[in-house]
Amino acid sequence: MTDATRHLPDRLESPAKRALKSWETLLLAVAVSIFVVNSLMSPYFLNAWNLSDATFNFTEKAMIAFAMAMLIIAGEIDLSVAAIIALASTAMGAAAQLDTPTVTLVAVGLGTGLFCGAINGALVTGLGLPSIVVTIGTMSLFRGISYIVLGDQAYRGYPPEFAYFGQGYVWWVISFEFVLFALLAAIYFVILHRTSFGRAVFAIGNNPTGALFAGIRVARVKFILFLLTGLMAGLASVCLTSRLGSTRPSIAFGWELEIVTMVVLGGVNILGGSGSIPGVVIAAFVMGMVTFGLGLLNVPGIVMSIFIGLLLIGVIALPRLLAMARR
Amino acid sequence: MLQTAATLDTAKPVMTLTGITKSFPGVRALSDVSLELYPGQVTALVGENGAGKSTIVKCLTGIYRPDAGRIEIDGRPVTFATAQDATAAGITAIHQETVLFDELSVAENIFIGHAPRGRLGLIDWPTLRRKSKEILTRIDAPLNPDLPLKELGIASKHLVAIARALSVDARVVIMDEPTAALSQKEIEELYALVERLKAEGRAILFISHKFDEVFRIADRYTVFRDGAHVGAGRISEVAEDDLVRMMVGRSVDQIFPKSEHEIGETVLRVQGFTHPTEFDDISFTLRTGEILGVYGLVGAGRSEVMQAVFGITRPSAGTVEIDGVPVRIRAPSDAINAGIVYVPEDRGKQGAIIGLPIFQNVTLPSLHATSKSGFLRLAAEFALARRYTERLDLRAAALDQDVGTLSGGNQQKVVIAKWLATSPRVIILDEPTKGIDIGSKAAVHAFMAELAAEGLAVIMVSSEIPEILGMSDRVIVMREGLIAAELMGDALSPETLVRHAAGIGT
Amino acid sequence: MTALLKSREVLLLAVIAALLGLIALRFPAFVAPENLARVFNDTAPLIVLAVGQTLVILTRCIDLSVAANLALTGMVCAMLNVALPGLPVAAILAVAIGLGALLGAINGVLVWTLAIPPIVVTLGTMTIYRGIIFLISDGAWVNAHEMSPAFTGFPRATVAGLPMLSWIAVAVTALVLILVARTPLGRAFYAVGGNPDAAVYTGLHVGRTQFWAFVISGTLAGLVGYLWVARYSVAYVDIAAGFELEVVAACVIGGIAIAGGAGTVIGAVLGALFLGLVKNALPVVGISPFWQLAISGSAIVVAVAFNARAARAKGRIILRRAEHSL
Repeated sequence: MTDATRHLPDRLESPAKRALKSWETLLLAVAVSIFVVNSLMSPYFLNAWNLSDATFNFTEKAMIAFAMAMLIIAGEIDLSVAAIIALASTAMGAAAQLDTPTVTLVAVGLGTGLFCGAINGALVTGLGLPSIVVTIGTMSLFRGISYIVLGDQAYRGYPPEFAYFGQGYVWWVISFEFVLFALLAAIYFVILHRTSFGRAVFAIGNNPTGALFAGIRVARVKFILFLLTGLMAGLASVCLTSRLGSTRPSIAFGWELEIVTMVVLGGVNILGGSGSIPGVVIAAFVMGMVTFGLGLLNVPGIVMSIFIGLLLIGVIALPRLLAMARR
Repeated sequence: MLQTAATLDTAKPVMTLTGITKSFPGVRALSDVSLELYPGQVTALVGENGAGKSTIVKCLTGIYRPDAGRIEIDGRPVTFATAQDATAAGITAIHQETVLFDELSVAENIFIGHAPRGRLGLIDWPTLRRKSKEILTRIDAPLNPDLPLKELGIASKHLVAIARALSVDARVVIMDEPTAALSQKEIEELYALVERLKAEGRAILFISHKFDEVFRIADRYTVFRDGAHVGAGRISEVAEDDLVRMMVGRSVDQIFPKSEHEIGETVLRVQGFTHPTEFDDISFTLRTGEILGVYGLVGAGRSEVMQAVFGITRPSAGTVEIDGVPVRIRAPSDAINAGIVYVPEDRGKQGAIIGLPIFQNVTLPSLHATSKSGFLRLAAEFALARRYTERLDLRAAALDQDVGTLSGGNQQKVVIAKWLATSPRVIILDEPTKGIDIGSKAAVHAFMAELAAEGLAVIMVSSEIPEILGMSDRVIVMREGLIAAELMGDALSPETLVRHAAGIGT
Repeated sequence: MTALLKSREVLLLAVIAALLGLIALRFPAFVAPENLARVFNDTAPLIVLAVGQTLVILTRCIDLSVAANLALTGMVCAMLNVALPGLPVAAILAVAIGLGALLGAINGVLVWTLAIPPIVVTLGTMTIYRGIIFLISDGAWVNAHEMSPAFTGFPRATVAGLPMLSWIAVAVTALVLILVARTPLGRAFYAVGGNPDAAVYTGLHVGRTQFWAFVISGTLAGLVGYLWVARYSVAYVDIAAGFELEVVAACVIGGIAIAGGAGTVIGAVLGALFLGLVKNALPVVGISPFWQLAISGSAIVVAVAFNARAARAKGRIILRRAEHSL
């Protein structure tokens, strides 16, 4: 080697400097401002128990959003997650009628989620079908099965200890669901940002052909992501069913859109290739606090959905508008 | 010819471009170039890949709007907001890539955007079909106008593209490397067509980097190099050597760094590779330290065979052996494990992952080596990436720079570095120097020779005859999905290559 | 390929005929002409929306806001009728079409000028349009007794043996068929979806073509909004909730490729008829209507798998013997 060989530095800027300019930082500022505005607007906002209650607005959705974020980064989507919640809840309800112990109920819920995820994954990766249509189809199918089983009825009669998952507290105001949410955030952070599997997810989302040409088993990675998403929907179903104490076929109706919104708001590119778990975590808090704050001000849910819709379009439109203005 | 000579002196240009500049983020594709086109004459636009030929075509046809400069028709300045404006001004183009619609019929492909209209402004299908048939007959293309385009092969599609260009009454016809995918017979037919268009008084811009072609068909020439105008004039007043010098900006004798070394044992043996539509009964061997050139026209099936060897597509029949041991390759990961790697032609889509940083691109197939039980080790990744990118003399600011911000040549170095990091036995390079600058080109050639000298077995797919002749120990020529010839030693010459690739005298 | 496409529609027609035949074996009354006319009339809104959605999907987009657009336009028409009972139906129709077109244009502009993925745009506008219904109506219903007879009578008025609603579905289908087959814009839908890069080279404007697809889809949704509210004589926030998925289902079953550029209007109409038939036949054959959702879900999955099989790439055609052999 001659001394003409130049030394290539690892990084141009330090990771900290890069983080400062990121979407997540901007989003965090938004979250903080919402927090401040909310506490100024309503005297009931800054109350530990009220805030703790508010976390239920997002913990279940966020669990799914973590897996969905990875799926969307890899260039796919699963619109059937809310329907999986309904089917898993129905399966648990049916099992509960047979006096099934709580452990088995949870296994039934998770198993149903995993099974539904496997169906989506097989259809998308095995048959090479577009995930958006496939999961619109399975969305109708999964929820349809719940309707066939339940009709206009509901399942109740879950064992008392089953209530812990959605209603229990680990310590003081810290709910079991919140702990689960925090734990899953950490796990998904590591998977997406610290493992070779996560790297493969980014590569696939950026350029599926390039990833295939680099020897990545694209179909297998995507299949695993669908499994994970199904599993998370099953887990969310356990928590939600436990919290509500009953199952109707309309349970979690429309959640898929809120979850996708959460993911996109968290800075995940809907076309795949980029995004982060911290972003989704902050987005979950933002959406939860907006819902809670508007709720305290007696704004009805449907009006909040306008806000969510505007947020969804706004967060994507804003950077593009700015880029156009700059040009 | 006499008449041509006369018009050469008197004719006024139908179209003049002056001071055209066009930049893209990070690249200045054209800077202050000019071009004149004369009625009844063929102007050859000559230049290497990346010289800006395709960019000027896109400016001429309304795809791009130049940042600066004037386009004049008959001395009047014009601007094209869309491709339709350019068509309306009488400019038509046969583009390099087939820009056609697979789902639509041949007739509709010819007329889309300017279909004949009948009452109420509705599309007049009978007229459209009849006119399509007329145009197809005019260019001797025996195609059924009602056939969906996707049922045609590459040469037939090209005929449709030509028919499309002739469907408007154009004053300026642009042909962007029109012969690249054609056989010799089809090329002759194209020349006849060009003569006819000339006789009709149309101005023709003929883009090519094949000199025999330029000297045979053109009346004038213009040379671009690295986005700049380097010369123009009459073809009768220029020598081939001068033209080449203008084009490459250095002496004519390109030096290929072919090293003298022992060629070893057979490492790769491909036998009877067959695919329903792409190739048939392909067999060849490759030895350590050998560079095997694979030559053919664009669309001859070379990339398709190599991608099947690499596990992207699965052949319907055929076997692969490494060191005499059969290996089952069902996915690229199988090929990589067997020591076969592939540097694809389409760098942006298949080779590099341009949204990811350099180091992540390099380590992508080697993550098992740079991670520990699935967890990434960034230090190891940076080390591996640095080792191979510095060996290839990569020009970049830092290893965490996105690959998309690099020049074509440097992107190619990243892709090659990625594969070297897996310590392969066989490296397949598909058009490794396509669209990269001369400096990077020489570096890639030098590196290829170095790899072969180290005992790596190299397959080089290329459409450039000098590159094939200069680098290869042995050459396979493919034509229409079949192996047309295997040549080495004295049998290797530009003439034999062209003959076998185009299917004449065999 | 034409043969293949045709066979797709022929196949769907055969499935529908077989289904009818099976039902007729046990319940001959179901296939009586007047009952079939009733089924057609019941499916008319789905047909109209599926025809509009077809254009959107052809251009590689998707419009998930059609049901919300329908509901909002319907509510505006109903409230207009309550406020001005004397307003002629023609004016109501004009409002419905105009408002529908506007709501569709909003989608189109966001997709065109800001290049936001259509699924995101229409997911967003879907919730926004629904929310606006609540804002303008305060969550209240507009009931039958508040509407004028002329308002509710129009879609039911019988002309030549068929209700107006059915005739509108027929007219819309015919108009869109002409649009697609005989106008440059109609052909552009195919070109832009089939190969956007090539479309630019031929002077077609991808974004503008997509914009028009959204405007047409929105216009038809607005039109159906009035017809829906008038036919059922009620307007509230949640009418036609989830109907957008049924519309997409009709298109997918009809063979419209979600990747754009392939499929026919007739296919979408047949897809809608299939779903309408299933929906109307279930109660007749004694299956709980709760089965409907699962059946249409399965139909989507089967149809999309079928589409993909038909469209699967067979590789480039290089060998001479492979040419024209598809």
